[in-house]
Amino acid sequence: MTEPILSIRNLTVDIPTRYGLFQPVRNVSYDIRPGEIRGVVGESGAGKSMTGNAVIGLLDPPAFVSQGEIWLAGRRIDTLSAEEKRSIRGKEIAMIFQDPLTSLNPLFTVGEQLVETIQLHLNLSADKAKARALELLNAVAIPDPEERFNQYPHQFSGGMRQRVVIALALCSDPKVIVADEPTTALDVSIQAQVLDLIKKLAEDRQIGVILVTHDMGVIADTTEQVTVMYNGEVVESGTTDQILGAPQHAYTQALISAVPRPHKKVHRFPRVTYGGRENAFKIEDLARDWHKPEASQSGVLLRAENLTKRFVRKSALLPSNRTYFNAVDDVSFDIRDGEVFGIVGESGSGKSTVARMIATLHSIDGGHAYFDGADIAAMDKAALAKYRRQIQMIFQDPFSSLNPRMQVGDIIAEPLWHHGIMPRGKTEPRVRELLDKVGLARDAYQKYPHEFSGGQRQRISIARALATQPRFLICDEPTSALDVSVQAQILNILKDLQEHLGLTMLFISHDLPVVRQMCDRVAVMKQGKMVEVNDAEALFAEPREAYTRELLGLMPKLALLEN
Amino acid sequence: MTETTETRTASIPAKAPTRLRRALDSDLFYAFRRSPVAMVSAAVAALLILAAVFAPLVAPTNPFDPASLNLMNGFTPPGQANAFTGDSFWLGTDDQGRDIFSTILYGLRISLFVGFSAVLLAMVLGIILGLLAGYVGGWTDTIIMRAADVQLTFPSILVAMLIFGIAKGITPVEYRDQMAIWVLILAIGLSDWVQFARVVRGSAMVEKSKDYVAAAQMIGRPSLAIMLRHVLPNVMSPVLVIATISLALAIIAEATLSFLGVGAPPTQPSLGTLIRIGQGFLFSGEWWILFFPACTLLALALAVNLLGDWLRDALNPRLK
Repeated sequence: MTEPILSIRNLTVDIPTRYGLFQPVRNVSYDIRPGEIRGVVGESGAGKSMTGNAVIGLLDPPAFVSQGEIWLAGRRIDTLSAEEKRSIRGKEIAMIFQDPLTSLNPLFTVGEQLVETIQLHLNLSADKAKARALELLNAVAIPDPEERFNQYPHQFSGGMRQRVVIALALCSDPKVIVADEPTTALDVSIQAQVLDLIKKLAEDRQIGVILVTHDMGVIADTTEQVTVMYNGEVVESGTTDQILGAPQHAYTQALISAVPRPHKKVHRFPRVTYGGRENAFKIEDLARDWHKPEASQSGVLLRAENLTKRFVRKSALLPSNRTYFNAVDDVSFDIRDGEVFGIVGESGSGKSTVARMIATLHSIDGGHAYFDGADIAAMDKAALAKYRRQIQMIFQDPFSSLNPRMQVGDIIAEPLWHHGIMPRGKTEPRVRELLDKVGLARDAYQKYPHEFSGGQRQRISIARALATQPRFLICDEPTSALDVSVQAQILNILKDLQEHLGLTMLFISHDLPVVRQMCDRVAVMKQGKMVEVNDAEALFAEPREAYTRELLGLMPKLALLEN
Repeated sequence: MTETTETRTASIPAKAPTRLRRALDSDLFYAFRRSPVAMVSAAVAALLILAAVFAPLVAPTNPFDPASLNLMNGFTPPGQANAFTGDSFWLGTDDQGRDIFSTILYGLRISLFVGFSAVLLAMVLGIILGLLAGYVGGWTDTIIMRAADVQLTFPSILVAMLIFGIAKGITPVEYRDQMAIWVLILAIGLSDWVQFARVVRGSAMVEKSKDYVAAAQMIGRPSLAIMLRHVLPNVMSPVLVIATISLALAIIAEATLSFLGVGAPPTQPSLGTLIRIGQGFLFSGEWWILFFPACTLLALALAVNLLGDWLRDALNPRLK
């Protein structure tokens, strides 16, 4: 076995705060060998990014390395001066950040940025630097490098931009690359390409890569070695096969059991017990005094007929000069009573726009949506109020879907008194009951949203959605901002709601394994158009359309987890 | 990085959630306790405001009560006994024999009252128009913001003078002196709403796109309720910063107008009026009549400004 190129020994990072000393990273050790990709996986707050930042010497003050050593190619680098660290950074250790949009300077062409970085580190003449830049663009598989060289970052797509960022990282032939969630902001199809590229480069150029991610699929597809972190500490380290196939530590076992499987539908996700202090969701209590929704007249609760949404691409004073594009183009589907209907697609496919049209947040520019036979667009004020009482929505980002300046009790009470279910000022007992049933502690009532974790906030969102006893629930990427164990809890809750309360759901997601676990029928959208609608089982087993097959092919191969 | 700090704060046991407790425990108060500049500025501002509020109790004489004035006391230098009456005054007297210390306290009252009221007017106006522009958008936005742009092309002191002139022109002569203060407030307030409107509009546009607003829209809440209950509380922190800095500017604007003779009348002199009166005596040797009111104005404006600067930095998460 070759000598490690980078070695982290007993690393501890301290952050002094007004509440006392906080150690986001404690006693962390791992090695990276040349050409090896080490995945560092864990949930948010596990300290995985902080470790990466410590390695490249980019800890934001007041954080600092208080103990431990970092060795790069036989040289200790954690004790270097800021000046020396800067000379190593970019030259011997490079970084790939999550968001390719912000890691490139929008004011300079891609070529200028590459040449500048190359000259800074390698002291080459302008011509030679340009030649090297073109070579790098070629290496990261950007087509027409000569032409692309003179373009600005905004002329590149997200995936292409991330390739440029990788080219930038390669400028000075680094020994180690720290890639912090390099594909989290990208669509699955692009994610697969970027990961392949990183894999190939690591092997060809013998670069050691630290791949920080929360995504088990990325780990399974890309890495050879995995380090699992929890709460600032390494809980388990080993080869990818060993960690994913036969995890030893209870936390790793819990984490892996919570990953949605793409190939087999489970009834409920296993409860993640490690460190879990979440209260139970009291579905039986909730079901007891729930008015079971009466069946719709035709068995179809929501029917979309040729739905179209136009957005203005170029605004102008004269209507004839305006240009539009169709975010949603002629989309039709039926959602039957009590089923979970999924819409999958990549970003920009129009799936959220469909949800927002049904939720009356966007106007409908063409076609019709019928709720229990009534045209949503044609409803009068009273009918609309009644409709809004029956539909509720759970949003993607639990950090922005709750008003940060309102107490949780007020947030949940608002739909109750607005719809006249109970008078304002008399809502408190009902709200407290709801909070208790979704598994939040008693003092949640007068707390503010920022005092809760992401999963707890999503429970608050669910409590708000359930307050009016709706028939129809729209879930727009309800778990994509959450950690995988929290995702499992929330998905279990949603399954409970559908089963015990007879709720009908529209479930929007880009995550195929999640859709697979949740939905009875699935529609695939691409660029505003509906590509395929089918039963979930049939769609995943034998997709009819080429695009669906392509999407399914990009799902992470979690075969290792199947045993 | 934010995530890690958050998990940490989340694990800290909740304290009894009284409002005072929350305020004293807030990060803002913590930052305040650690900033000497902010604490000194706050102390100076608080001292001046208290002195102005309790002027009738604090001031040794009432400078506007003709009965208590003695013309013989005129031009007494600070700290010295008057040659004729033997009375002595901390900061001396002016030509009428009025105690400068007392006139400053009463002048502060006028200056602060005008400043606070003008900022309040500007703030209310700016918030309403900014919320409408940001939340409603479209033509409403265009009209409001173009009006704001036009107003911004004039220096605000000119706008204030223009409004002052018009308002004075339409008030009957016999009410002019009584109305002068209110006209002044109107003039400064109307000249200052634009920056409130701009900031509120910008923040409102950001907040509008957040999902909690969508959630309220889905419930079916009317737009006005969403603006006031949901959007407004979330755009208030930048407004508070601007209000503080505007307060200093409004006090200075009032002083400038009064100095130019178009502001507070001599019967109700503000700090600016006092400075105008005082500058007539500067070259004849009675420097104190100008110097002490000017110092007070400086101290007040500086303290409020520094406090505003600190507040802006403390509330800006990017600078932390």
